[in-house]
Amino acid sequence: MSFFADLFVNGLMIGAMYALVALGFVLIYKATSVVNFAQGDLVMFGGYIAAAMVSLYHLPLAVAVPAMLATMVLLGFALERGVLRPLVGHSVISVVMVTIGLAQVLQGTAAMIWGAATINMPLPIPSQPLVLGEILVSPTNIVAAVISAGFLVGFAYFFRASRMGIAMRAVANDQQAAMAVGINVRFIFALSWAIAGLAAGIGGIMWGNMLGVDTNLALVGLKVFPVVILGGLDSIPGAVLGGLIVGAIESVAAGFIDPYVGGGTKDFIPYVLMILALMVRPYGFFGRETIERV
Amino acid sequence: MIGRESGVYKTSYEADMALYPLPVAKVAAIVSVACLAAFPLVLDSHAMALVNLMALASIGAIGLNILVGYTGQVSLGHGAFMMVGSYTAAILTMRYGVPFWLGIPLGGVMAAAVGAFFGIPSLRIKGLYLAIATLAAQFIVEWIINHSTWISGGAQSTIYVPTPAFFGWEIDTEFRRWFMILPVAIIAYVAALNLARTRIGRAFVAIRDRDIAAEINGVNIFRYKLLAFAVSSFYAGVAGALWTYYLKIANYEHFTLVTSIQYLAMIIIGGLGSVLGSVFGAVFITLLPIVLVYVVEGSARLAGYEYASVADFLANLRLIIFGALIILSLAIEPEGLYRLWGHVKRYFRLWPFSY
Repeated sequence: MSFFADLFVNGLMIGAMYALVALGFVLIYKATSVVNFAQGDLVMFGGYIAAAMVSLYHLPLAVAVPAMLATMVLLGFALERGVLRPLVGHSVISVVMVTIGLAQVLQGTAAMIWGAATINMPLPIPSQPLVLGEILVSPTNIVAAVISAGFLVGFAYFFRASRMGIAMRAVANDQQAAMAVGINVRFIFALSWAIAGLAAGIGGIMWGNMLGVDTNLALVGLKVFPVVILGGLDSIPGAVLGGLIVGAIESVAAGFIDPYVGGGTKDFIPYVLMILALMVRPYGFFGRETIERV
Repeated sequence: MIGRESGVYKTSYEADMALYPLPVAKVAAIVSVACLAAFPLVLDSHAMALVNLMALASIGAIGLNILVGYTGQVSLGHGAFMMVGSYTAAILTMRYGVPFWLGIPLGGVMAAAVGAFFGIPSLRIKGLYLAIATLAAQFIVEWIINHSTWISGGAQSTIYVPTPAFFGWEIDTEFRRWFMILPVAIIAYVAALNLARTRIGRAFVAIRDRDIAAEINGVNIFRYKLLAFAVSSFYAGVAGALWTYYLKIANYEHFTLVTSIQYLAMIIIGGLGSVLGSVFGAVFITLLPIVLVYVVEGSARLAGYEYASVADFLANLRLIIFGALIILSLAIEPEGLYRLWGHVKRYFRLWPFSY
């Protein structure tokens, strides 16, 4: 039982980190209807910037993190302006392919600047596992979960209360109506990319700390799809719930199945889950249901 | 060239949709096949290897174009279906002694079955949901093949295949492999052209353009979507099986998500919904890394660097250029190289009296 609880709790914490990455994805999809296949590569890019500043250039964390986040926000703005805006109104496959192309460019650029070798992303976290009752919890997971939860709450507040946040929700709801009441829709598009960059940057620090920073970090982004399909492509609470579910299930499944099949269950179970979800409830838990009958 | 359309009067729809739109097209087809067959006479072994790879990629790209370009169903799982074909061929040959010319279609059939299975979600979902579902197909197929020792043959998930032989004629050089690949490629090309002219092809296009309108006009959407998945995966399986006999090895690393993305890039750069465009794209994407190596190596030598010091740079540059090409070709010429080819043809059709 305690083995199960171990896996479950640690899985939930990983899930919070998935949720943070998924948040950026959902934001972009909600505001601009772009499916961003480069979200994982934004995570990787953020991780690279932070890790390079800390490990290669020996800057203190207090400088590196804000600098990285600022860079990611600017990168988000730049990508929207330079790459995505010319393709507004193109077909789904065009936009998907553009983000895939963007992913390649980001990977190549990161590896070209900082090299393909894995860079450490040290954070001042003790490595001794914590014992809570009967459960062993890694402090890295706790810190990551707390930071993710903090940002998720912060973003939730931003959307509920701030002027910009309300404008973003208005654009997500109805672009023309938002335009009619004087909201600058283009700026909102850019802003959602910037916030996605920010979320990816934070994710990059934490995933980088856990896995080490190299181009494989981008694979984290592919896990976003099971998360958002479960939760609903355009729902932020859905991203959180989906993240927790995927994190917990993959962790438990990996713990119990891996010994029999020799590993890799973590990269398999989420996608099976996703296929099932697509067949039963394609719009997810909280997604907007579009009904179209033929 | 001049006046090739003079005196051609089409009086029926059949004539308008014929495989050879003009009398001269038949001649052109024969000449181009003859030229292709003559490649081993003029090219060296290194160039032949390249041409072989292009032909292989063309088969896969034509298959993907039937699904994405004609039927409008985005697929990110093409690599997985190639993997199915590749392993099917390897297993049949190694365990049951099936000759390669039987292994190729059987690999295609197996891939078609798997592809149709993963096409089932397309009944309920479309567009980007389908793209995501096929992404799952890629991972699930990869994992299953990799983790079941019966399929993947255990260590490193690699199956070695003996040199294929056609009734005692060993296919052991790049020149001979060309005559294994070329016939399949030509059949694949002509079959795709013909498919587009039939009732099935028109149903595909109808689904792509407006699925609801297609259903109202009596196209059974589900059946034709599954058929599109099956046909496309059949092509993928054939390409995968050929790949196995070509390299004499079946390995999952040749058919990862990166492969699926490359094939998508081929048809987008080549031209969606065009068979010839698929070939252009396949040739382009296959040549791209090689041309890049020459350019970078050459300029590195001019600048006085050793090649080894730019090898890393090259790998990354290739990624960047690959991604940038996808973005640029979508932004500048969404209809791809096929459209450019059309411009060239139109120019010479009116030459020298173009205005």
